[in-house]
Amino acid sequence: MSINSLKASTDRGRAGDKIFSGVSLAAGVLILAVLFSVAVFLMVQAAPILSADPAEVTGGEGFAAYILPIVIGTVVAAAIALIIATPVGIAVALFISHYAPRRLARAFGYVIDLLAAIPSVIYGAWGYIILAPQLAKGYAWLAENLGWIPLFAGPASQTGKTMFTAGVVLAVMVIPIITSLSREIFLQTPNLHEEAALAMGATRWEMVRMAVLPFARPGIISATMLGLGRALGETMAVALVLSPGALGASLIRTGNQTIAAEIALNFPEAFGLRLNELIAAGLVLFVITLIVNMIARFIITRHKEFSGAN
Amino acid sequence: MAANQTLQRRQSQLTRGRLPSYAIWVVVAASLILGAAISSLVGFSVVGWAIITAIVFVLAATIVTAVAEGERKAKDKLVTFLVYGAFLIALIPLVSVLWTVLERGVPGLSYNFLFTSMNGVTGAVDNQAVEGGTPVLGGAYHAVLGTLQITLWATLISVPIGLLTAVYLVEYGAGKNLTKAITFFVDVMTGIPSIVAGLFAAALFTLLFGPGTRTGFVAAVALSVLMIPVVVRSTEEMLKIVPNELREAAYALGVRKWRTITKVVIPTAISGIASGVTLSIARVIGETAPILVTAGFASSINWNVFSGWMSTLPTFIYYQILTPTSPTSPDPSTQRAWAAALLLILMVMLLNLVARFVAQIFAPKTSR
Repeated sequence: MSINSLKASTDRGRAGDKIFSGVSLAAGVLILAVLFSVAVFLMVQAAPILSADPAEVTGGEGFAAYILPIVIGTVVAAAIALIIATPVGIAVALFISHYAPRRLARAFGYVIDLLAAIPSVIYGAWGYIILAPQLAKGYAWLAENLGWIPLFAGPASQTGKTMFTAGVVLAVMVIPIITSLSREIFLQTPNLHEEAALAMGATRWEMVRMAVLPFARPGIISATMLGLGRALGETMAVALVLSPGALGASLIRTGNQTIAAEIALNFPEAFGLRLNELIAAGLVLFVITLIVNMIARFIITRHKEFSGAN
Repeated sequence: MAANQTLQRRQSQLTRGRLPSYAIWVVVAASLILGAAISSLVGFSVVGWAIITAIVFVLAATIVTAVAEGERKAKDKLVTFLVYGAFLIALIPLVSVLWTVLERGVPGLSYNFLFTSMNGVTGAVDNQAVEGGTPVLGGAYHAVLGTLQITLWATLISVPIGLLTAVYLVEYGAGKNLTKAITFFVDVMTGIPSIVAGLFAAALFTLLFGPGTRTGFVAAVALSVLMIPVVVRSTEEMLKIVPNELREAAYALGVRKWRTITKVVIPTAISGIASGVTLSIARVIGETAPILVTAGFASSINWNVFSGWMSTLPTFIYYQILTPTSPTSPDPSTQRAWAAALLLILMVMLLNLVARFVAQIFAPKTSR
């Protein structure tokens, strides 16, 4: 009797258990399927461009000749952004974790997070209307005085809508990413290491250089990589700020283009083969950012296991 | 007596070679004057003055410290100045963006702007507004509706999937290879460029319903690709910090696992989950690129997400700036764009505040 009632109670609700675990498993698998299908659908839609007549592709010389300049443009814009954002972002993270007065540090952290909350189209509008005219004055000076360097070759853009302006706007959007990730790592530095360094008579900078930075190096690298991923894929800032054109070495002349902006500017009016071409460009961007992000995540996970052992 | 003397001498040795505390203000004043002098030589401007003063100050303070206190102290000072400087530099764009949006957005934010669409507002209407000095007609009502509908649908898609995935990761799949794969790819998904998510949704619906399928729902699918990883990550973190004792207590009472999860684990973590979901909404509400390639652009109100093109606030801003309604007098369009930008920033800030509020107010009361 008692055995029967136990059995009866074990049976009740078993279906609920099965259904719930099944549904949540399905949700997890669905996410993998979505990521997989992102790749597959883009490939299916991009495939016609490879077999297309080279003359029909924009530029008339085949897909490789079309995609290469905008890949280079994408990398250049992201590189400018990172060259500006990495030192500033790391310094701001250091400011919040080790330099700012303790009481204000949290508030400063929120302020930097606000930078990340502003939508990208507003940064684009700001770069287009406020930043570009300001930088245009600087470009005129650069072209006059440093024009012999190919990067600053004139004639400088009158409107300031150049690759360099786009890079600056991207840098502003990347700084909060680098800052928030590096700040997390800086705060994890073992207190004993810091105190030991200070007790040996190190100045604050020597303590940071000897205890904080070596500990945080993998974190800084992956934060920079994630920032790079964001800068590579960012669309609106470049689409609004840059007046696109052919690939050129000068950063202060109009010209150059990035993949994301190329898609955003042309997709709404595209049809037929042009549509496939833009989707293929998107696939290239997807692969580039996927590789960058996977490297960054790999570094983070390896570091996590390592620091977990401590 | 002798001991006292040694003590005094030691103290003076320790404080020897340190600059008095007023020295830094002397350097500040000197560099302000020097900065003014140099900047008036090359053409005075406040910005130029500030930049030159900052450079002069950093150099002078470092050199003075190097002479008085030694090289190590000087290096320390230099880095301190640079770190403070970096923070101030990072604040410049934030202040500039917020100020610009407020200054230019407030004049355009009228009742008329909030509750009329761009239906029937042509270049001629804008020209008339500029020439006659009459109020600018047309508004962002259709874009606000589009934003709300698309975001609502994206939330409806992402929250169940994200929540259940997080439940699987924490409650069912601990240590399994599938869990590692999902965690890794969710992290990778966080980094998908938003325009690629848009292209994915566009390609998917092109295959299913033929080319040129652009509706609000396609945009919602694109946004949920961006939203799901954020929901999964934040929910996972919240479920992980639910104490194991609660689960074990429920099991000890003979409660089924799924009842434990729905009645004990999720209610305990609900404040964190809700705040994470709100933050993820704040993230996608400002997305522009995926909307451009999936929902097209409309100037009139569209209540149906399943058919017809649709506008959202970000695409409204984008098109008003890039292609003004009246090419000859773009001012009314720019005014509308900034008003829409102000509205969008207010929405995002509100969502962020709500998220913080929810996380703090409804946090579970623990005895610790």
